[in-house]
Amino acid sequence: MQILHLKETLPFMRYRKAAMIFSLLLMLAAIVSLATNKLSLGLDFTGGTLIEVGFEQAADLKKIRALMDTNGFSDAKVQLYGSSRDVVIRLGQREDVKAEMLGNEILAVLQTGTGQSIDMRRIEFVGASVGDELMEQGGLAMLTALICILMYVAFRFEWRFAVGSVVALFHDVLLTLGLFSILGLEFDLTVLAAILAVIGYSLNDTIVVSDRIRENFRKVREGSPSEIIDISLSQTLSRTFITSITTLLVLAALFFRGGELIHGFATALLFGVFVGTYSSIYVASAVALALGISKESLIPEVIEVEGADQEQMMP
Amino acid sequence: MLNKYPLWKTLMVLFIVAFGALYATPNLYGESPAVQVSGLRGVEVDASTLDKIKAELTQGNIDFSNIVLEKGQILARFADTEQQLKARDLLDESLGDKFSVALNLTPNTPDWLASLGGTPMKLGLDLSGGVSFLIEVNMREAVTKAQDAMVGDFRTDLRGEKIRYRSVKQVDNAINIQFRNEESMTAAYSFLKKRYSKYLLTENDDTLVLSVVMTEQRIKEIREYALEQNITIIRNRVNELGVSEPLVQRQGKKHIVIELPGVQDTAKAKEILSATATIDFRLVDTEGDIGSAINGRVPASSILLYERDGTPVLLKKRVMLTGDHIVDAGSSFDEYSRPQVNIDLDSAGGSRMSNVTKNNIGKPMATVFIEYKPTDRKDAEGNTIFEKIEEVISVATIQARLGKSFRITGAGSQAEAHNLALLLRAGALVAPIQIVEERTVGPTLGAENVRLGFEAIMMGFGMVFIFMMVYYRAFGVVANLALGANLVLIIGIMSLIPGATLTLPGMAGIVLTVGMAVDANVLIFERIREEIRAGKSMQQAIHQGYDAAFSTIIDANITTLIAAVILYSIGTGPIKGFAITLSIGILTSMFTAVIGTRMVVNAVWGGKRLDKLPI
Repeated sequence: MQILHLKETLPFMRYRKAAMIFSLLLMLAAIVSLATNKLSLGLDFTGGTLIEVGFEQAADLKKIRALMDTNGFSDAKVQLYGSSRDVVIRLGQREDVKAEMLGNEILAVLQTGTGQSIDMRRIEFVGASVGDELMEQGGLAMLTALICILMYVAFRFEWRFAVGSVVALFHDVLLTLGLFSILGLEFDLTVLAAILAVIGYSLNDTIVVSDRIRENFRKVREGSPSEIIDISLSQTLSRTFITSITTLLVLAALFFRGGELIHGFATALLFGVFVGTYSSIYVASAVALALGISKESLIPEVIEVEGADQEQMMP
Repeated sequence: MLNKYPLWKTLMVLFIVAFGALYATPNLYGESPAVQVSGLRGVEVDASTLDKIKAELTQGNIDFSNIVLEKGQILARFADTEQQLKARDLLDESLGDKFSVALNLTPNTPDWLASLGGTPMKLGLDLSGGVSFLIEVNMREAVTKAQDAMVGDFRTDLRGEKIRYRSVKQVDNAINIQFRNEESMTAAYSFLKKRYSKYLLTENDDTLVLSVVMTEQRIKEIREYALEQNITIIRNRVNELGVSEPLVQRQGKKHIVIELPGVQDTAKAKEILSATATIDFRLVDTEGDIGSAINGRVPASSILLYERDGTPVLLKKRVMLTGDHIVDAGSSFDEYSRPQVNIDLDSAGGSRMSNVTKNNIGKPMATVFIEYKPTDRKDAEGNTIFEKIEEVISVATIQARLGKSFRITGAGSQAEAHNLALLLRAGALVAPIQIVEERTVGPTLGAENVRLGFEAIMMGFGMVFIFMMVYYRAFGVVANLALGANLVLIIGIMSLIPGATLTLPGMAGIVLTVGMAVDANVLIFERIREEIRAGKSMQQAIHQGYDAAFSTIIDANITTLIAAVILYSIGTGPIKGFAITLSIGILTSMFTAVIGTRMVVNAVWGGKRLDKLPI
């Protein structure tokens, strides 16, 4: 079976200007939203206390809010979580020395106040210093990842490809962050993990494409750089689609079946895979092309590799 | 011949997959409820404890399916949780406070598998339920305390050397000693320089100030020490909580992670963790009659305390020295290679000790360990009432007038000396701790997470399975075989690595690997199709397809691996779990998708004259 059966080369690079403008607009929107809406950071980063409880019957949020008010937790945010019986209560940072005891206190208040037997599902308390540190570490991790990848790709391919792929990664990360900002989704540690996984995925895609471009620069005698890139993209398009489909399939499983706790994770990855696929076609290749990738820039390596090819029996 | 694997290669692939499968099997056997008994405060469980427990259980009409003594613990397994809970209550009561009795879930791994080192995967707290704490050690306080001690030491030293100074003050990170003239400053400089190698001294000729700062090395030492000391004390306390398989581990430079699986009452755990401990030294009351003291007639100036093994000791009420004067304690061997404990006091403590001991040479001195433990009672304001527990941890005879540094010999074995040193350090708990993060997961949410994660894996797996079979037909089946082998290998390796825990994000990582693992096969198969279209022979197409895709696959996977490793280094708990499964998944998928599928493809289609391929 075959979904795509390309007889001829698609002129991808003809639309690169339009794609570039499209990408820039999206990135601009993401930046604007990040600057105005900000990210709604989760407990991991802001610090504070979160209590998730399960009731036997549908929870009466009004009553719970009133209970919180009368017991001195007027800053408590009470929300349903996943189902009508699950309730999440969030509290901000407190100056109290005994901040770590808040969760237990609230649980006691709920138990006596509602008269229902309550199932403690989880309590999370994160101190302010931890959140700040994590923020710093998270940013640092993202940066380290990008730099390491830049170095690896520059070493294995060529600096133009490296810059292209890192620009594509930056594009993907920015758009995913933008999505979370625009939709007001909570950004927690699992989402950060998902974004790093998006980096991994998107790069995977970019490298497959770059690899083919390199190969075709050596193999195809005729043709301008943009034509060769078109040929390479067309050749890998079918693979790109199928891998995206299988990945999206498993992510859909995670999104629908994985439960409330990894919803954010699945959302970030679902979106990231879309953007990553697009960016490896348009952003990475277009940037490499704009930087002047050509047959000549890959020639020194050709001689080296051709000799080695003869012996290669792996795998 | 093209596309034939040598026999050894085929066998190697089969062997590796079988190996993975073997170590993945313990996960199929499930767990049974158990009660775990271990000794507290130096008490060891032995065969007699085992017999006692057996007798108690039989008497209490509780059926146990098996009971063993191993690794210094007794583990009794039960058919159901009801029996388990009954047994816990019974044993908790009858064994007393010398033993900790903890509920446990023990894997039912068959003996032959266990003897090969097979264990099921460890579940993270988000799956098993329980609480994890992140504790921060106040390092600033640790350094400040060390500087306070320096101020006192310098004063004593200079006075002892008869070097006149105007003042010794702590200014920011430095200790400034003000002198009246240059001679005393030079004298002090050369004296202190010789005595303390871990400090940096700077003279200022204009202001006549000698400024002393700690070297980076010394500050690092202080921090390390503060962290280690806290870990030791917390570990002791956690052991008393009666939790099976607790984890106490340092994280980074100033944090300690504590994981207590199965604990629901976090309030109590928190109080126990933040309880304080201290030490003091007292003279033993040798005149009082111990016999009558036991019967309640304790002399007014004395107090009756007990040693760990229950031996009563009559002590003077007056405290010779409190533990906050202890700067350091360590164990070593004396000239007759007997274990000893070396104690260093600060200067104030040293002179105090010297004063008290000079008139008491030849008399016994006791070391008392004091701990404040939370009780179930609360005072009027709702604060937990703390119970003071005092225990004599050593009795030694004063051999000579003691000073700043002295030693206690006759502490018993090396292990006991080491233990005593650790406890003594508690007297000088240099850095206070604070709980900065807490995550509690209830048992229902944990079980739900396991179910959801499992369902997501199965569903993702199933969909990819069907897709690949439809799209690539027979070759798709080969890819699916590799996918199955990959899953088995991931589980096998996860079970084999002691530090790897399965978490909910970790399960998400497995799902993601399933989706991405087929990418390698998609690359290869698409390439084979391309080669066939280009007019190559079938065997050529297979060969070229694998060959050309190989370097692409390596490059693509290595970069993802970079991201996963970085994630591992910054992540905590659950996120680390994701990074682990992702990394393992990338490595195993490269093996199964490239070498594994090639083996099957070669075996089925390799070396034959074929007109077309089922791809």
